[in-house]
Amino acid sequence: MEFYSKAESMSREELEKLQSERLIKTVRRVYEKVPFYKKKFDEAGVSPKDIKSVADLSKLPFTTKQDMRDNYPYGLFAAPMKDICRIHASSGTTGKMTVVGYTKNDIEVWAELIARCITMAGGTKDDIIHNAYGYGLFTGGLGVHYGAEKLGATVIPVSGGNSQRQLKIMEDFGSTMLTCTPSYALNLAETAKEMHLDRSKLKLKAGLFGAEPWSENMRRDIEKMWGIDALDIYGLSEIMGPGVANECLQKNGLHIFEDHFIPEIIDPATGKNVPDGVAGELVFTCITKEGIPLIRYRTRDITRLLPTQCACGRTLRRMERLSGRTDDMLIIRGVNVFPSEIEMVIMNIEGVEPHYQIIIDRAEHGLDELEVQVEVNEKIFSDEIKVLEDLEKKIAKEIFTILGIGVKVKLVEPKTIARSEGKAKRIIDKRKI
Amino acid sequence: MKIVQLSIFLENKAGRLAQVIEILAKTGVNIRALALADTKDFGVLRIIVDEPDKAVKVLKEANVVVKTTDIIAVEVEDTPGGLDKVLKVFKDEEINIEYMYAFVEKNNNNAVLVFRVDKTDESIVKLTAKKVKILTAGDVSKI
Repeated sequence: MEFYSKAESMSREELEKLQSERLIKTVRRVYEKVPFYKKKFDEAGVSPKDIKSVADLSKLPFTTKQDMRDNYPYGLFAAPMKDICRIHASSGTTGKMTVVGYTKNDIEVWAELIARCITMAGGTKDDIIHNAYGYGLFTGGLGVHYGAEKLGATVIPVSGGNSQRQLKIMEDFGSTMLTCTPSYALNLAETAKEMHLDRSKLKLKAGLFGAEPWSENMRRDIEKMWGIDALDIYGLSEIMGPGVANECLQKNGLHIFEDHFIPEIIDPATGKNVPDGVAGELVFTCITKEGIPLIRYRTRDITRLLPTQCACGRTLRRMERLSGRTDDMLIIRGVNVFPSEIEMVIMNIEGVEPHYQIIIDRAEHGLDELEVQVEVNEKIFSDEIKVLEDLEKKIAKEIFTILGIGVKVKLVEPKTIARSEGKAKRIIDKRKI
Repeated sequence: MKIVQLSIFLENKAGRLAQVIEILAKTGVNIRALALADTKDFGVLRIIVDEPDKAVKVLKEANVVVKTTDIIAVEVEDTPGGLDKVLKVFKDEEINIEYMYAFVEKNNNNAVLVFRVDKTDESIVKLTAKKVKILTAGDVSKI
């Protein structure tokens, strides 16, 4: 088995030494360069001098998504803007996006980590990578792109959408690896079937799928429909983007690139670390990032670290496939959405009742469908169908403009959406993942 | 004469129309004319009843979204050309029809045409000038 980097199989002792050196440097750096961290460390009564090794990590305070919002857009950057060469952003809970910046070196490290991921899936410079992640502010498209180039492979920057064209390209250009969300991989397979595409004409052998939760059942379906190895890739823009962790062909947990990110699992209620093997909230500390090196960032993702070493020979610890979130964030076709954001859009449309419900569903091998049900009242009700249909379109358009996701709006009768005591049940997730 | 029509929002689900009609039945409101416009998700039920105020009151009490709309009902002979004659008036006067429905009157076998237009008052003037018979609320409740 080939590894892209020696770091993937270094001894735990060596790795911890490297992590400690990098952690000490990063902590010192953020203390000096980011006023937010200076204040936060001072308030917690911890000085960079107290951090002598990885063992001291838990002395440091956490960073949260709220901290990113409070310091929007560039407040947590540890490098001057002249050294920031790229910005990415994802949606946030109050209309404010989560903004991250990368230095040249950050982009270089990111590319190397993606190159490691592709190698894990059996990819080499001879591969043709069909990159159907969205290109833009979302980290998926450009993240994978630079990594594929770094490896020396050929990348097709096809981006998302237009499935029939995707399949034509796949067949004609001889794509050997597919990168996209797992639901899109299934959707493409379904379209291929409808088009009676002859699978023997395709050269596809593996795929890296991520940016949304999926399951072993979905893996089985994707592998069967495409005849490929389907691997899970994990990441989040706050830490870097895709490529923070990735599955190897053992398909038994995702190797975390611990030489760049130190993982911890905490009890989300107490903030205390839990032992390997116990599920809790995943926390990351960036130890090589220059643009925005977050310290003990609470991802809100729930998983556990696997206590044993992987049969592939890599010494990097593995995290299990994500099992959930500690907040109400939804991932719709790879886009992060908070129900509160949809609520804000609805509340800003004149005359619309504050009673709404969000129903998420996914047809078999289909993409996520989001239906927003809004109660009709006398103010917005019109005798004319077109006025009501225009209202549905208007709400859908506002949501698309602000959140970037297409939704179906359905007007329902008043008092039909359940009013529960206290917090209303706004979200009904019917997806069987 | 303008006539009051009730427009009711109906979610597209089994039994919903029956529930609304039952409310009216229990109150003793008589439906004179009915049309249902539908989309994939919802429908708008349009009815003309003998006692619109009473109907609105009971429907609102039952949390039904109901609105009253002014419409025009005209009576034409139930022979070829009956509808054509009326539509020509709207066309010539550039009056836009939002929707219409029709039924046959049982007393004299004439046809009754119900119109929702963008310029209701103007339509009445023009239709009257062309000697089109416009029904009053009283006429309709006797149908």
